[in-house]
Amino acid sequence: MEDWIWTTLVRALAFGTPILLAGLGEIYAERSGVVNLGVEGMMAVGALAAFAAAQSSGSPYLGLAAAVLVGALIALPFAVASITLRANQYVAGLALTMLGLGLSGLLGKPYEGAPLAHPLPESGFVVAALVLAVVLWFFLRHTFTGLVLRSAGENPETVDAMGINVYAVRYGAVVFGGAMAGLAGAFLSLAYRPSWADGITSGLGWIAVALAIFAAWHPLKAVGAALLFGALYHLSYRLQAVVSPEFLKAMPYLFVVLVLSLSALRRGPSGAPEALGTPYVRGERR
Amino acid sequence: MRRIGPFLVEKDLVVPAGRLLAVSSAALLMAFFAAGLVFWAYGTSPVLAYRTIFVETLLSPSGFAEGVRRAIPLLLAGVGLVLAFRGQFWNIGAEGQLLLGAVAAAGVALFAPVPAALKLPAMFLAGFAAGGLWAAVPALLKLRLGVNDVLTTLMLNYVAVYLVEWLIHGPWRGRTAFGFAYTDRFPEAAMLPLIPGTYVHWPTLALALLLAGAAWFVLARTAWGYPVRVTGDNPEAARYAHMPVFWVVFGVALASGGLAGLAGVGEVAGVHGRLLGAYQISLGYGYTAIIVAWLARGNPLGAVLTALFMGLVFASGDVMKVALQMPFRVTDVFNGLILFFLISTERLLYYRVRWAPERKER
Repeated sequence: MEDWIWTTLVRALAFGTPILLAGLGEIYAERSGVVNLGVEGMMAVGALAAFAAAQSSGSPYLGLAAAVLVGALIALPFAVASITLRANQYVAGLALTMLGLGLSGLLGKPYEGAPLAHPLPESGFVVAALVLAVVLWFFLRHTFTGLVLRSAGENPETVDAMGINVYAVRYGAVVFGGAMAGLAGAFLSLAYRPSWADGITSGLGWIAVALAIFAAWHPLKAVGAALLFGALYHLSYRLQAVVSPEFLKAMPYLFVVLVLSLSALRRGPSGAPEALGTPYVRGERR
Repeated sequence: MRRIGPFLVEKDLVVPAGRLLAVSSAALLMAFFAAGLVFWAYGTSPVLAYRTIFVETLLSPSGFAEGVRRAIPLLLAGVGLVLAFRGQFWNIGAEGQLLLGAVAAAGVALFAPVPAALKLPAMFLAGFAAGGLWAAVPALLKLRLGVNDVLTTLMLNYVAVYLVEWLIHGPWRGRTAFGFAYTDRFPEAAMLPLIPGTYVHWPTLALALLLAGAAWFVLARTAWGYPVRVTGDNPEAARYAHMPVFWVVFGVALASGGLAGLAGVGEVAGVHGRLLGAYQISLGYGYTAIIVAWLARGNPLGAVLTALFMGLVFASGDVMKVALQMPFRVTDVFNGLILFFLISTERLLYYRVRWAPERKER
């Protein structure tokens, strides 16, 4: 019995890690006022970059760096469209997901099915994700930069009045979110699988977006939420003998709908940043 | 007003057709240029790629017919999304609603004791109802609890995919399927006629064109369309004027889900003749329909043109897969880039550029 609890917890942590990493990035982007629905695409591109770099250089750490860099880079066109050009953030995010899945599927074809010589241990990612959650919480809650980032999402006019560039803050948060999604992708292709296949992210990016809402945009609550989703994924593998596998695969997505509905039922403020989803226009009244 | 060189740039919220066309074309050209760079990175010459696409889709009758065939589900789902977006329902779930329509059609075709003559009409009705129902859930969650509709509609796409997979692996798996995961073939009465030599199931095409016209008429000319337009432009004003905002959003949700459901019926009854893997039925029509609707700029009749255009883009993906051995994911690259450049250039629509050289001071 104790064994069972222990393995469940360990596997839940492993399954929850990519969701947590990408979710933390999304929390930062959304706290600055920008919804980025491109997580799934950024994760896929990050996974491919990690695998390609690790395989061609022989060093998984170079793969890790490549994933972070490429994740950040692919978030840039989204930032330009949604922050500078003030395009609809939801649609821009969808475009980023399409582009990311398309690019990684196309350019990743030569790597399909190849094994990775030196994979990274899952445990390293798990520990790193937990540490990052605490660090990111502290940074957001207790530093000046964190305060500015939160203010950009709550009341950008104030940030502007302080003489701080709202656009720069939001660019930073979105690009950081991309880097974190890239890191989540690296976990999949360097440690969890470890290989590259088109569709490797299988909807995890969307779960990460839901995680941000479910965790009420709080980095520490995100740990618990990721654990919950991770346990659900683990359960879906364990129950395969009893329940049809298709139902179990659909479960996380049904769970997201349920969780979003339950969070909406919660009394009091949802914790959503006040200016979430609203492009900032300098000198214009809202 | 601002001066850039000899040009005067000023804000102008009334968008004339010419400017709309110019800005949209510029966005598409930029998207195709960027896609060319991606092909080049993949190792395919962009010039060769575009020449192949041009010759095999626009200049070949069979290639063009493929584009039209792809345009049918895009038009049905796209018209629905035009309505949904006009009514402020962010339906990203057309893919799942389409699959539900396909499921309902297969259920009627294979199991319902309906006389042969009524088989197809019953399938279309069931498909509309199933798609509408799949959209009604997120609509109610949005209206009653304020749950984000983008995420719920999207999540239900995945649920629909696994529903189809479960049916074809489990209870509906065909007796004649031997090892393959699909249902038995539909009876003859449940199949749509094709234009000979193509996969164009013309009854669905006719239905789609008819419904595009009907949607335009309802939206532009009737007492039902008026609250939809007002809600879309200014929800506050609609509420203030005691318009039934609840029913507007719920109505466009049902209609858009239902139309996507019809698209699913057309695919299984016209092209495949059975229910099969979700990714074989749809290839992402529901997602591409978002671009169809966005490109149509809120006009259901505009969707006729944009659906044909995106259908040809889909057919180009086929051509590149066969002629250049590229993965089918190229359509996603096209889709992503087109959508990106379209929304990025949106703001340009509201500026007028006038030629007005500065007069030299004497």
